[in-house]
Amino acid sequence: MVIGGIALILSGMILGDIFAAFILHPNANRIGENLLAATRAVAAHDPRVAGAAFQNIGALLENRGTKVDAHSHMIGFGYIALLLALLQPCVALSESAKKSLAKLFLFGATLLPVGVFLIHYVGLVGSPFAAIGWASVFADFGGFVAWLVCIFELAGMWKYFRAPRGTAAPDELVRDRSWSSRALLSGGTVLVFIGFLHGSYYAGMHLFSYETRDSELLSAMTTKAAAGDSAAALQAVADYGQLQGAKAVNVAAHAHVIEFGILAILLAFFQPYVFLSEKWRRIWAVTLLTGSLALPVFVLLELQWGLFAGGLADIGGLLVIVALFAMLVGVWRYTGKLDSVAGAA
Amino acid sequence: MSLSRKLLIFGGLALAIWGMGYGIWYAVFIEHQTLDGLGSALATGFIRAAESRMEESQAALADAGSRGFVYVRQVDAHGHWIGLGLLLLILGIAFERVAFAERTRTYLALALLTGAVAFPLGVLAETWNRGAGPQAIAVAGSALVILGLAATAWGFARKSS
Repeated sequence: MVIGGIALILSGMILGDIFAAFILHPNANRIGENLLAATRAVAAHDPRVAGAAFQNIGALLENRGTKVDAHSHMIGFGYIALLLALLQPCVALSESAKKSLAKLFLFGATLLPVGVFLIHYVGLVGSPFAAIGWASVFADFGGFVAWLVCIFELAGMWKYFRAPRGTAAPDELVRDRSWSSRALLSGGTVLVFIGFLHGSYYAGMHLFSYETRDSELLSAMTTKAAAGDSAAALQAVADYGQLQGAKAVNVAAHAHVIEFGILAILLAFFQPYVFLSEKWRRIWAVTLLTGSLALPVFVLLELQWGLFAGGLADIGGLLVIVALFAMLVGVWRYTGKLDSVAGAA
Repeated sequence: MSLSRKLLIFGGLALAIWGMGYGIWYAVFIEHQTLDGLGSALATGFIRAAESRMEESQAALADAGSRGFVYVRQVDAHGHWIGLGLLLLILGIAFERVAFAERTRTYLALALLTGAVAFPLGVLAETWNRGAGPQAIAVAGSALVILGLAATAWGFARKSS
């Protein structure tokens, strides 16, 4: 479960980095071009071209949305896997049942993002449903399997806490007080806190005004273009692009800083399982925290600094991926050590 | 295990399960139809404008705005319920390190759990009622979570000092 969880997070992050570097910006440009074409079609009183431009926009938005969903669900399921691994001592089920549940969870947690990723490519081919394709069906099934496993885990925990027992031994994971563990725990908490504050600020100061502005700009594009005021219509399209950019960077910064904070806290618990020297554990902890702060900060700066900030944000993401991979290797070495001890016995 | 940890671990896992269940239900029965409707309303707005049928165009764009408003909040509620559920679980695992009396930790856990339930619920309620009530619930919920997290961080720091 630990290795599966870290592997899911790592895969989700690599997918996210590839998406951000190679798909996000070209996709946004193409959406802007099609919106421009639709506005020009309104000015030229050509409803056929306007409709075609929106069909293209729909496909581009689906492409972007499914990639973002696959990325975030993979990482989210990775977090749940790590948490369930931490809670296994408190789940009153047989060892074979726990193993089966872990396999089922990883199956569902892989099926959902893979299905979501394929939605754009499979479409409605061979589907008996009006709006849902086979890729969606499999994705939903994967989510259902993972959900069912969580219910069984909750039931197992309930059984554990209902059973009478003596004083439980303190958990080794929670007792770890190494420098790397403390740095990840406090750094992660600070990251989550920053994310909450930023989210509250965005929701309070911008969310509603951006939504109002969104509608106003769409209305301006059509009314100005239909009235023959092309300059004002094109300005509305440009402003709309800026607004979408502002919304995207704020949401991405908010989500990433919290996710990285949660990841750091989780990894703090797993430091006893990272079979590396304390020096290297410190290096990877600092690398992870540095990347975790750099990515959201530079994502926010993309509006002012453009692609330069985007590149720095990608480097931040890469730092997190490298640190996470190093810790995965450490956990792998730990399980190898356990296997060799068991073999010698 | 202390009551505060039980509250956070059970409450967190239950909240995450609730958020996942809501997400599955939403993906199967609502999301695709909502996105189709949103795209169709936007396209209609531009097509009607190209046909110089401005009243219909503006009505379609207003419809698109309304659908977008609902979609964003439905997805936000799903994501925040799960995210906050995971956060409660994580805090629950390490809650023994929060250097307050167990009674204080229990109040803290209750505040965090209440906020984690109420904040996305308020966001979701904005789709049914656009008045101040749901917004107040969301603001109060997020305030409880932020204050709870700040107090928890303080508790962690007290222990280490």
